[in-house]
Amino acid sequence: MANEQITREEVEHVANLAKLTLTDAEADMFTDHLEKIFEVVTTLSEVDTEGVAPTYSVTEMRTVLREDVAVNAHQSAELLANAPEHTDTLIKVPAILDEGAEG
Amino acid sequence: MAVPNFETTIGLEVHVELKTNSKAMSPSPVQYGAEPNANTNVIDWGYPGVLPQANKGALEYGMMAALALNAEVTRDLHWDRKNYFYPDNPKAYQITQQQEPIGRNGWLEIEFEGEKKRVGITELHVEEDAGKNTHGTDGYSYVDLNRQGTPLIEIVGAPDISSPDEAYAYLEALRQAIQFTGISDVKMQEGSMRVDANISIRPVGSKEYGTKVELKNLNSFNYVRKALAFEEDRHAKIYMAGGTIKQQTRRFDEATGETILMREKETADDYRYFPEPDLTPVHVTDEWIAEVRAKLPESATERKARYVDELGLEVYDSEVLTQTLAMANFFDATVAEGADPKRSANYLMGDVNAYLNEKQVDLEETALTPAHLAGMIKLIDDGTISTKMAKKVFAAITQGEDPVEYVEANGLKQLSDPAVLTPIIDGILDDNEQSIIDFHNGKDRAVGFLVGKIMKETKGNANPNVVNELLMAGLQARKPE
Amino acid sequence: MDFLHTDLETLHEQLVNKEITAVELAEATLSNIAATDDTYEAFITVMKDEALAEAKAIDEAGIDPDNILSGIPYGIKDNLVTKGVTTTAASKILQNFKPIYDATVIEKLRANGAVGVGKLNMDEFAMGSTSETSYYRKTKNAWDQTKVPGGSSGGSAVAVAAGQVPFALGTDTGGSIRQPAAFNGIVGMKPTYGRVSRWGVIAFASSLDQVGVFTRTVKDNARVLSAMAGQDEKDQTSSDIAVPDFTANLTGDIKGLKIAVPTEYFGAGINADVKATIKAGIAKLQELGAEVEEVSLPHTKYGVAAYYILGSAEASSNLQRFDGIRYGFRPEGVKNLDDLYVQTRSQGFGDEVKRRIMLGTYSLSAGTYDAFFKKAAQVRTLMNEDFQNVFAKYDLIIAPTTPNVAYNFGANEDDPEVTYMNDVLTIPVNMAGLPGMSVPAGFVNGLPVGMQFIANRFQEETIYRAAYAYEQATRLFEQVPGGNK
Ligand SMILES: [Mg+2]
Ligand SMILES: [Zn+2]
Repeated sequence: MANEQITREEVEHVANLAKLTLTDAEADMFTDHLEKIFEVVTTLSEVDTEGVAPTYSVTEMRTVLREDVAVNAHQSAELLANAPEHTDTLIKVPAILDEGAEG
Repeated sequence: MAVPNFETTIGLEVHVELKTNSKAMSPSPVQYGAEPNANTNVIDWGYPGVLPQANKGALEYGMMAALALNAEVTRDLHWDRKNYFYPDNPKAYQITQQQEPIGRNGWLEIEFEGEKKRVGITELHVEEDAGKNTHGTDGYSYVDLNRQGTPLIEIVGAPDISSPDEAYAYLEALRQAIQFTGISDVKMQEGSMRVDANISIRPVGSKEYGTKVELKNLNSFNYVRKALAFEEDRHAKIYMAGGTIKQQTRRFDEATGETILMREKETADDYRYFPEPDLTPVHVTDEWIAEVRAKLPESATERKARYVDELGLEVYDSEVLTQTLAMANFFDATVAEGADPKRSANYLMGDVNAYLNEKQVDLEETALTPAHLAGMIKLIDDGTISTKMAKKVFAAITQGEDPVEYVEANGLKQLSDPAVLTPIIDGILDDNEQSIIDFHNGKDRAVGFLVGKIMKETKGNANPNVVNELLMAGLQARKPE
Repeated sequence: MDFLHTDLETLHEQLVNKEITAVELAEATLSNIAATDDTYEAFITVMKDEALAEAKAIDEAGIDPDNILSGIPYGIKDNLVTKGVTTTAASKILQNFKPIYDATVIEKLRANGAVGVGKLNMDEFAMGSTSETSYYRKTKNAWDQTKVPGGSSGGSAVAVAAGQVPFALGTDTGGSIRQPAAFNGIVGMKPTYGRVSRWGVIAFASSLDQVGVFTRTVKDNARVLSAMAGQDEKDQTSSDIAVPDFTANLTGDIKGLKIAVPTEYFGAGINADVKATIKAGIAKLQELGAEVEEVSLPHTKYGVAAYYILGSAEASSNLQRFDGIRYGFRPEGVKNLDDLYVQTRSQGFGDEVKRRIMLGTYSLSAGTYDAFFKKAAQVRTLMNEDFQNVFAKYDLIIAPTTPNVAYNFGANEDDPEVTYMNDVLTIPVNMAGLPGMSVPAGFVNGLPVGMQFIANRFQEETIYRAAYAYEQATRLFEQVPGGNK
């Protein structure tokens, strides 16, 4: 990671993954900004983390689980009212053309 | 092997919807067939500020599946996020168990072409289901989030399967194993069991696997088998023509029986998995596993053994009775009501199955109850009705009628009282001297003739066993000099 | 009226004695906001109708003499969802979003009788440390309107510092409460991770976010946190550790308190006058009976890098739900589904948010995960260990809150790296999930300096006890922003 540099192509690829579109000027700007951030980020390679367990969360809580009891919030009308486009019961979106969903 | 000179490698990935009361990560009800979006709340919609609330029941059902499939239960697990955008995936991530699945290294025994074989279960993970999209003809798709968040167990099978028929046998065995835990209905037609398949073929003896193709939208076990067979063939033809298989996802077209390209994968999808920071890690203790194991109902294998060893059924019968949990439970309940096991088994495998096939319904959907079936069997066994009369009684109990009341109301009682039957039999013998002579001359036909007369006289209500006994006695007494 | 010279106890007495009603207090607050907010631009949404209705209901029920928050107005950072009141997180993408539920903290404060008067400006999705990334307003520092208010909870800090509300809620992911509190000369507490429910907090980085409180005084702060804290079944990461009465040990006595001063927090890059101010503050604590020793937190300098990776990674995932399908902004004239996603997000998010989404997405990608995300999480472990080593021997860590006092608007526009380095002293506390509080410690060039009090997990009491003693000895809260408007 020591010599990690982000390229404009990578910036565009990442924007694509994140469902963002960038103008040429934006792509240049973000490439420049991310390069600067990477200068800071690459300092982590100085740290010896051999055998160090990662910390993803600092909660001391373990095995907090909800009992399997169903509660219907009866909120569907309110929820649908916030959707930009909807029918009486369904959310409307522009036609889905691919079948790319995963399970 | 369907294709000469090639061997086939198949791995199946099965998603099973868990029959919990509430969703995996929200308290909304899990319920099939409700009005669209009626079973949703702010969590299911991925509202800003909401947090998941992991369901203990879903995790325990996952553990049950792991135990039923002989897998090791993971002791320290956490949830992960799988990121992808899709309208039926409101948070744009699915909460799953990528790094630490609930179970690992399990196996399932299948019987195929008379041989027993273990198919490996690589891992099992509990995760959220997505909602449902329907596609309009008006340029819109429509999203229903009722199913969003329904708990699933994903069962990743090892690539141990070597033919489409074996895949079919595996799915049957898996469906049975899961159904007997009671954690799911495992119904393909309602989507509570879904199958994806990976298949590749390679020349016999080759060390490298061939390029694998993923098959989706397989809506029945039969389609799985057909799609795999089609692919086996397609791959072989391409290889033999000197071509190469591309890594693709294909779906099965039910109308043509062919598979159709959905998308080609040049690079693997990047789901950017990472540990879910909104939930606590879970530690599974020995005590917890023991508790869950104790809740696990008797498996199909255990039941089969019990039917044979304790109830004296034939092995074949025990297999038929345990094909579905509903049938096995019905059988157990009928026996518990005091009915003879053998006769109960015969009725369930015979008349009951015929009825279900004719009406195309599931056992749970009928009005038939174990108490009524047992009641009818007891009436047969104590001679109250004949097996012939039982036909009518059976028709009545499938409509929910009580067998004892039905027999009473319709005068179906069998005549078994010798005091009533003896004078009738004597009268018929008096009128048929020739038959008596024929009988004593060794013509057995005479008995059938006389029984027919007695039955006609009694409108078919006479108990054949009693009739037989009394008739024999009468014939002996009238032996010509 | 303003709240520059009144603490919660005084207000409570006036309400109980019927010198003022809750409605009168709410009306006075609202008219002061109306009169001053053109200057400060602290509020995105003023909850006039809601506030008056709630105050009226409290008057009708009667002020609760046992509950200090009964009838007290307060301000809410706009990333805390409020049922029926537009909640934007300062983003265009939520410009029309009306939540249908309340955050747990809002419910708890309402149950205690507190009256929300408005939603406060912030950096978009709490990403920033100047509040400049807001889509809506440009909040000004309470002491000097040519200076940034700090961020991301800039609106909350300014509303309290300028006397618009007696207290306000903020959130702190990498310093977003402590830094603006320092820049505006008030008390800002970020509690232990897990102390306050995150249900209803529009997530930035789930493993780092905490809700906290801005007040003028330490005691006021302790009172509000006591009302907000506690386990919540809707937030499974919220702790079951009992919530003490945080005002219980505010005696002014800190004899024998063991204080650690980390060398790394006084290194290069920290303004010399700020350092001197904090050193003087530490001397004051010593004078009050604390034992002070220098310690080392060797991984401090890696905090910023690790934080930007972890925080951005979580953010990139948390912000994927903003897609124009179920709520919020949807652009005109989209061509198809993918266009809907892309246009909604490209038009709806500002540059800072996009920058972090891209950094986070990159950090989580299959090829970079180990070198970025996992590496940062390992460094986080080492940072935690640094703190645990210190807390094995000491009760408290004292440090500056920020390297500098408030600066000019637009100062770091072209170099996000410089802005990010401003969080170097606050980030480690979030990484380790510790409680941290900024308390006024003096002035440099007429602008406030904040001193940071850091304790071990769930030891907020120790922070309040020490900070109270310090505050009573210095009485810096009596100095309020005056001229320069
Ligand atoms: Mg999965
Ligand atoms: Zn899955």
